[in-house]
Amino acid sequence: MPAFSCAVRAFSRAGSLSVPRATIGNVDRMRQLRLAKDVIDRDWAEPGTDLDTLAARAGYSRYHFIRAFKAAYGETPGQYLTHRRIDRAEDLLRTANLSVTEICHLVGFSSLGTFSARFKTWTGMTPSEYRAKHVGRGAALIPGCYAMLWAGGFRTGPGAGARDGTGAGERNSGEAP
Amino acid sequence: MIKGLAISTVWVLDQDRAKEFYTEKLGLELRTDMTMGEGGMRWLTVGAPDQPGIDLTLMVPGPPAMDPESAEMMKKLIAKGVLGAGVLRTDDIHGDYKKLKDRGVEFLQEPQERPYGTEALFRDDSGNWFSFTQHREGELDLEKDWSC
Repeated sequence: MPAFSCAVRAFSRAGSLSVPRATIGNVDRMRQLRLAKDVIDRDWAEPGTDLDTLAARAGYSRYHFIRAFKAAYGETPGQYLTHRRIDRAEDLLRTANLSVTEICHLVGFSSLGTFSARFKTWTGMTPSEYRAKHVGRGAALIPGCYAMLWAGGFRTGPGAGARDGTGAGERNSGEAP
Repeated sequence: MIKGLAISTVWVLDQDRAKEFYTEKLGLELRTDMTMGEGGMRWLTVGAPDQPGIDLTLMVPGPPAMDPESAEMMKKLIAKGVLGAGVLRTDDIHGDYKKLKDRGVEFLQEPQERPYGTEALFRDDSGNWFSFTQHREGELDLEKDWSC
Protein backbone atom coordinates (compact mmCIF):
# COMPACT_ATOMS: atom_id res chain seq x y z
CA MET A 1 0.00 0.00 0.00
CA PRO A 2 2.14 2.82 -1.29
CA ALA A 3 -0.16 5.51 0.06
CA PHE A 4 1.11 5.17 3.56
CA SER A 5 4.57 3.75 3.05
CA CYS A 6 6.08 6.90 4.58
CA ALA A 7 4.06 6.45 7.71
CA VAL A 8 5.06 2.80 7.89
CA ARG A 9 8.72 3.74 7.53
CA ALA A 10 8.37 6.28 10.31
CA PHE A 11 6.86 3.68 12.54
CA SER A 12 9.39 0.98 11.85
CA ARG A 13 12.47 3.12 12.36
CA ALA A 14 13.15 2.43 16.00
CA GLY A 15 12.64 -0.39 18.43
CA SER A 16 9.71 -0.44 20.77
CA LEU A 17 9.82 1.89 23.76
CA SER A 18 7.09 2.28 26.27
CA VAL A 19 5.63 5.38 27.85
CA PRO A 20 6.20 5.45 31.61
CA ARG A 21 3.03 4.38 33.38
CA ALA A 22 3.09 7.22 35.89
CA THR A 23 2.57 9.84 33.16
CA ILE A 24 -0.72 8.35 31.96
CA GLY A 25 -2.44 9.87 34.98
CA ASN A 26 -1.53 13.37 33.80
CA VAL A 27 -3.40 12.86 30.56
CA ASP A 28 -6.49 11.68 32.44
CA ARG A 29 -6.34 14.62 34.80
CA MET A 30 -5.96 17.00 31.87
CA ARG A 31 -9.00 15.41 30.27
CA GLN A 32 -11.02 15.94 33.44
CA LEU A 33 -10.05 19.62 33.53
CA ARG A 34 -10.98 19.97 29.88
CA LEU A 35 -14.44 18.50 30.52
CA ALA A 36 -15.00 21.21 33.12
CA LYS A 37 -13.75 23.90 30.72
CA ASP A 38 -16.11 22.54 28.06
CA VAL A 39 -18.99 23.06 30.49
CA ILE A 40 -18.03 26.74 30.75
CA ASP A 41 -17.73 27.04 26.97
CA ARG A 42 -21.15 25.45 26.48
CA ASP A 43 -23.15 26.63 29.50
CA TRP A 44 -21.56 29.98 30.36
CA ALA A 45 -24.98 31.67 30.39
CA GLU A 46 -26.52 29.19 32.82
CA PRO A 47 -26.76 30.66 36.31
CA GLY A 48 -26.22 27.10 37.61
CA THR A 49 -22.70 27.03 36.18
CA ASP A 50 -20.86 27.49 39.45
CA LEU A 51 -17.64 26.33 40.99
CA ASP A 52 -19.15 23.31 42.71
CA THR A 53 -20.68 22.01 39.49
CA LEU A 54 -17.44 22.51 37.60
CA ALA A 55 -15.24 20.94 40.26
CA ALA A 56 -17.57 17.95 40.41
CA ARG A 57 -17.40 17.59 36.62
CA ALA A 58 -13.62 17.50 36.85
CA GLY A 59 -13.62 15.16 39.83
CA TYR A 60 -11.66 17.60 42.01
CA SER A 61 -12.24 19.32 45.33
CA ARG A 62 -12.94 23.04 44.92
CA TYR A 63 -9.53 23.99 46.26
CA HIS A 64 -7.50 21.71 44.01
CA PHE A 65 -9.75 22.36 41.04
CA ILE A 66 -9.05 26.11 41.05
CA ARG A 67 -5.30 25.56 41.23
CA ALA A 68 -5.19 22.78 38.66
CA PHE A 69 -7.40 24.68 36.22
CA LYS A 70 -5.25 27.78 36.48
CA ALA A 71 -2.08 25.75 36.01
CA ALA A 72 -3.51 24.25 32.81
CA TYR A 73 -5.36 27.18 31.25
CA GLY A 74 -3.74 30.26 32.77
CA GLU A 75 -6.87 31.59 34.46
CA THR A 76 -8.97 30.44 37.39
CA PRO A 77 -12.33 28.90 36.41
CA GLY A 78 -14.01 32.07 37.67
CA GLN A 79 -11.84 34.31 35.53
CA TYR A 80 -12.40 32.09 32.52
CA LEU A 81 -16.16 32.14 32.99
CA THR A 82 -16.21 35.93 33.39
CA HIS A 83 -14.02 36.26 30.30
CA ARG A 84 -16.46 34.08 28.29
CA ARG A 85 -19.45 36.11 29.46
CA ILE A 86 -17.78 39.44 28.68
CA ASP A 87 -16.73 38.22 25.23
CA ARG A 88 -20.33 37.29 24.49
CA ALA A 89 -21.55 40.60 25.87
CA GLU A 90 -19.17 42.36 23.46
CA ASP A 91 -20.71 40.42 20.56
CA LEU A 92 -24.23 41.29 21.63
CA LEU A 93 -23.40 44.96 22.17
CA ARG A 94 -22.00 45.16 18.65
CA THR A 95 -24.72 43.21 16.91
CA ALA A 96 -27.94 42.87 18.88
CA ASN A 97 -30.76 45.32 19.35
CA LEU A 98 -30.95 44.76 23.11
CA SER A 99 -30.50 47.05 26.08
CA VAL A 100 -27.39 46.84 28.24
CA THR A 101 -29.55 45.47 31.06
CA GLU A 102 -30.96 42.74 28.82
CA ILE A 103 -27.49 41.78 27.67
CA CYS A 104 -26.25 41.76 31.26
CA HIS A 105 -28.86 39.14 32.14
CA LEU A 106 -28.47 37.19 28.92
CA VAL A 107 -24.80 36.54 29.57
CA GLY A 108 -25.40 35.32 33.11
CA PHE A 109 -24.90 38.34 35.38
CA SER A 110 -27.62 39.19 37.88
CA SER A 111 -26.36 42.66 38.85
CA LEU A 112 -25.97 45.46 36.33
CA GLY A 113 -23.39 47.16 38.56
CA THR A 114 -21.19 44.07 38.70
CA PHE A 115 -21.58 43.50 34.97
CA SER A 116 -20.56 47.07 34.10
CA ALA A 117 -17.59 46.97 36.47
CA ARG A 118 -16.35 43.61 35.11
CA PHE A 119 -16.91 44.78 31.54
CA LYS A 120 -14.86 47.89 32.14
CA THR A 121 -12.09 45.92 33.81
CA TRP A 122 -11.82 43.65 30.77
CA THR A 123 -12.34 46.08 27.92
CA GLY A 124 -11.43 49.47 29.40
CA MET A 125 -14.86 50.82 28.48
CA THR A 126 -18.33 50.75 29.98
CA PRO A 127 -20.88 48.71 27.98
CA SER A 128 -22.45 51.93 26.64
CA GLU A 129 -19.09 53.37 25.57
CA TYR A 130 -18.22 50.08 23.91
CA ARG A 131 -21.50 50.03 21.99
CA ALA A 132 -21.07 53.64 20.86
CA LYS A 133 -17.58 52.89 19.60
CA HIS A 134 -18.55 49.79 17.64
CA VAL A 135 -21.84 50.84 16.15
CA GLY A 136 -21.97 50.27 12.40
CA ARG A 137 -18.75 48.29 12.18
CA GLY A 138 -18.48 45.84 9.30
CA ALA A 139 -18.78 42.10 9.30
CA ALA A 140 -16.23 39.90 10.98
CA LEU A 141 -15.13 37.08 8.75
CA ILE A 142 -13.10 34.90 11.04
CA PRO A 143 -14.79 31.50 11.30
CA GLY A 144 -16.67 31.27 14.56
CA CYS A 145 -14.82 28.19 15.70
CA TYR A 146 -11.48 29.93 15.48
CA ALA A 147 -12.84 33.06 17.08
CA MET A 148 -14.31 31.03 19.89
CA LEU A 149 -11.13 29.10 20.52
CA TRP A 150 -9.09 32.25 20.14
CA ALA A 151 -11.28 33.98 22.68
CA GLY A 152 -10.90 30.99 24.95
CA GLY A 153 -7.15 30.96 24.62
CA PHE A 154 -4.40 32.67 26.49
CA ARG A 155 -4.15 36.44 26.39
CA THR A 156 -1.14 37.66 24.48
CA GLY A 157 -0.18 40.79 22.63
CA PRO A 158 -1.23 44.38 23.27
CA GLY A 159 -4.68 43.46 24.57
CA ALA A 160 -3.23 41.33 27.31
CA GLY A 161 -1.77 44.18 29.27
CA ALA A 162 -4.97 46.16 29.20
CA ARG A 163 -7.01 43.22 30.37
CA ASP A 164 -4.63 41.44 32.66
CA GLY A 165 -2.92 44.47 34.12
CA THR A 166 -5.99 45.74 35.88
CA GLY A 167 -7.64 44.21 38.87
CA ALA A 168 -6.66 40.59 38.30
CA GLY A 169 -7.77 39.93 41.85
CA GLU A 170 -11.10 41.70 41.38
CA ARG A 171 -11.98 39.62 38.38
CA ASN A 172 -12.06 36.55 40.50
CA SER A 173 -14.68 37.86 42.88
CA GLY A 174 -18.29 38.86 42.53
CA GLU A 175 -20.37 37.12 39.87
CA ALA A 176 -17.88 34.49 38.98
CA PRO A 177 -17.50 31.38 41.11
CA MET B 1 1.43 18.56 -9.57
CA ILE B 2 -0.47 18.12 -6.34
CA LYS B 3 -3.85 16.53 -7.05
CA GLY B 4 -5.44 16.82 -3.65
CA LEU B 5 -5.54 15.75 -0.05
CA ALA B 6 -5.55 11.97 0.39
CA ILE B 7 -4.90 11.19 4.05
CA SER B 8 -4.83 13.41 7.08
CA THR B 9 -3.73 12.35 10.56
CA VAL B 10 -5.88 12.80 13.61
CA TRP B 11 -3.92 12.08 16.80
CA VAL B 12 -6.05 10.20 19.31
CA LEU B 13 -5.53 8.73 22.76
CA ASP B 14 -6.88 5.24 22.11
CA GLN B 15 -7.50 3.56 18.76
CA ASP B 16 -10.24 1.18 19.91
CA ARG B 17 -12.26 3.98 21.44
CA ALA B 18 -11.57 6.29 18.50
CA LYS B 19 -12.69 3.62 16.04
CA GLU B 20 -15.97 3.25 17.89
CA PHE B 21 -16.45 7.02 18.16
CA TYR B 22 -15.69 7.86 14.53
CA THR B 23 -17.75 5.00 13.07
CA GLU B 24 -20.64 4.52 15.49
CA LYS B 25 -21.14 8.05 16.80
CA LEU B 26 -20.02 10.16 13.84
CA GLY B 27 -21.17 7.66 11.23
CA LEU B 28 -17.97 7.62 9.20
CA GLU B 29 -17.08 4.37 7.47
CA LEU B 30 -14.15 2.19 8.41
CA ARG B 31 -11.64 2.13 5.55
CA THR B 32 -8.76 0.12 6.98
CA ASP B 33 -7.93 -1.53 10.28
CA MET B 34 -4.80 -3.61 10.00
CA THR B 35 -1.74 -4.27 12.06
CA MET B 36 1.62 -4.41 10.35
CA GLY B 37 3.20 -7.58 11.65
CA GLU B 38 3.28 -8.95 15.16
CA GLY B 39 2.92 -6.05 17.62
CA GLY B 40 3.48 -3.58 14.82
CA MET B 41 1.79 -0.37 13.85
CA ARG B 42 -1.98 -0.42 13.64
CA TRP B 43 -3.14 1.41 10.55
CA LEU B 44 -6.67 2.64 11.22
CA THR B 45 -8.47 4.87 8.75
CA VAL B 46 -12.01 6.18 8.42
CA GLY B 47 -13.77 8.44 5.95
CA ALA B 48 -17.08 9.93 4.91
CA PRO B 49 -19.15 7.47 2.82
CA ASP B 50 -19.77 10.18 0.19
CA GLN B 51 -16.10 11.08 -0.13
CA PRO B 52 -14.08 7.97 -0.98
CA GLY B 53 -10.86 9.82 -1.81
CA ILE B 54 -10.06 11.24 1.61
CA ASP B 55 -9.12 9.21 4.70
CA LEU B 56 -8.51 10.23 8.25
CA THR B 57 -5.89 8.08 9.88
CA LEU B 58 -6.37 7.74 13.61
CA MET B 59 -2.99 7.43 15.27
CA VAL B 60 -1.82 7.34 18.86
CA PRO B 61 1.28 9.45 19.53
CA GLY B 62 4.05 7.17 20.65
CA PRO B 63 7.18 5.27 19.86
CA PRO B 64 8.78 4.30 17.65
CA ALA B 65 7.68 7.23 15.48
CA MET B 66 7.71 9.65 18.37
CA ASP B 67 9.91 9.64 21.45
CA PRO B 68 8.09 9.06 24.74
CA GLU B 69 8.48 12.66 25.94
CA SER B 70 7.03 14.11 22.74
CA ALA B 71 4.24 11.54 22.78
CA GLU B 72 3.37 12.46 26.33
CA MET B 73 3.27 16.16 25.44
CA MET B 74 1.04 15.44 22.45
CA LYS B 75 -1.32 13.37 24.56
CA LYS B 76 -1.59 16.11 27.13
CA LEU B 77 -2.37 18.69 24.44
CA ILE B 78 -5.03 16.43 22.96
CA ALA B 79 -6.60 15.79 26.37
CA LYS B 80 -6.34 19.47 27.26
CA GLY B 81 -8.55 20.22 24.26
CA VAL B 82 -6.38 22.77 22.48
CA LEU B 83 -5.98 20.91 19.19
CA GLY B 84 -8.41 21.30 16.31
CA ALA B 85 -8.63 18.48 13.77
CA GLY B 86 -10.54 20.14 10.93
CA VAL B 87 -13.89 21.04 9.47
CA LEU B 88 -16.45 18.36 8.63
CA ARG B 89 -19.23 19.23 6.22
CA THR B 90 -22.91 18.32 6.23
CA ASP B 91 -25.96 19.20 4.13
CA ASP B 92 -28.32 19.06 7.11
CA ILE B 93 -26.67 20.77 10.06
CA HIS B 94 -29.71 20.93 12.33
CA GLY B 95 -30.76 17.32 11.70
CA ASP B 96 -27.23 15.98 12.04
CA TYR B 97 -26.56 18.09 15.13
CA LYS B 98 -29.53 16.46 16.83
CA LYS B 99 -28.60 12.99 15.60
CA LEU B 100 -25.00 13.22 16.77
CA LYS B 101 -25.98 14.80 20.07
CA ASP B 102 -28.46 12.01 20.72
CA ARG B 103 -25.67 9.52 20.11
CA GLY B 104 -23.63 11.18 22.83
CA VAL B 105 -21.27 13.45 20.86
CA GLU B 106 -20.20 16.36 23.10
CA PHE B 107 -20.94 19.66 21.41
CA LEU B 108 -19.24 22.89 22.46
CA GLN B 109 -21.55 25.04 20.38
CA GLU B 110 -24.95 24.44 18.84
CA PRO B 111 -25.43 25.38 15.16
CA GLN B 112 -24.96 29.12 14.63
CA GLU B 113 -25.26 31.29 11.54
CA ARG B 114 -21.97 32.50 10.09
CA PRO B 115 -21.18 34.39 6.89
CA TYR B 116 -19.99 31.13 5.28
CA GLY B 117 -22.74 28.85 6.58
CA THR B 118 -24.15 27.29 9.72
CA GLU B 119 -21.60 25.93 12.11
CA ALA B 120 -21.52 23.80 15.25
CA LEU B 121 -18.49 22.65 17.23
CA PHE B 122 -17.91 19.26 18.81
CA ARG B 123 -15.11 17.24 20.33
CA ASP B 124 -14.08 13.73 19.54
CA ASP B 125 -13.67 11.26 22.40
CA SER B 126 -10.00 12.17 22.79
CA GLY B 127 -10.46 15.95 23.03
CA ASN B 128 -9.82 17.17 19.46
CA TRP B 129 -12.33 19.76 18.33
CA PHE B 130 -14.02 19.77 14.94
CA SER B 131 -16.05 22.42 13.21
CA PHE B 132 -19.23 20.90 11.79
CA THR B 133 -20.54 23.13 9.04
CA GLN B 134 -23.25 23.36 6.45
CA HIS B 135 -21.84 25.54 3.71
CA ARG B 136 -23.82 28.55 2.56
CA GLU B 137 -24.88 28.36 -1.08
CA GLY B 138 -23.42 31.10 -3.25
CA GLU B 139 -21.65 34.17 -1.92
CA LEU B 140 -20.61 34.92 1.62
CA ASP B 141 -23.43 36.69 3.39
CA LEU B 142 -21.96 40.02 4.43
CA GLU B 143 -25.26 41.83 4.96
CA LYS B 144 -25.36 41.30 8.69
CA ASP B 145 -22.87 42.55 11.22
CA TRP B 146 -21.72 39.07 12.16
CA SER B 147 -20.60 38.26 15.61
CA CYS B 148 -17.89 35.66 15.87
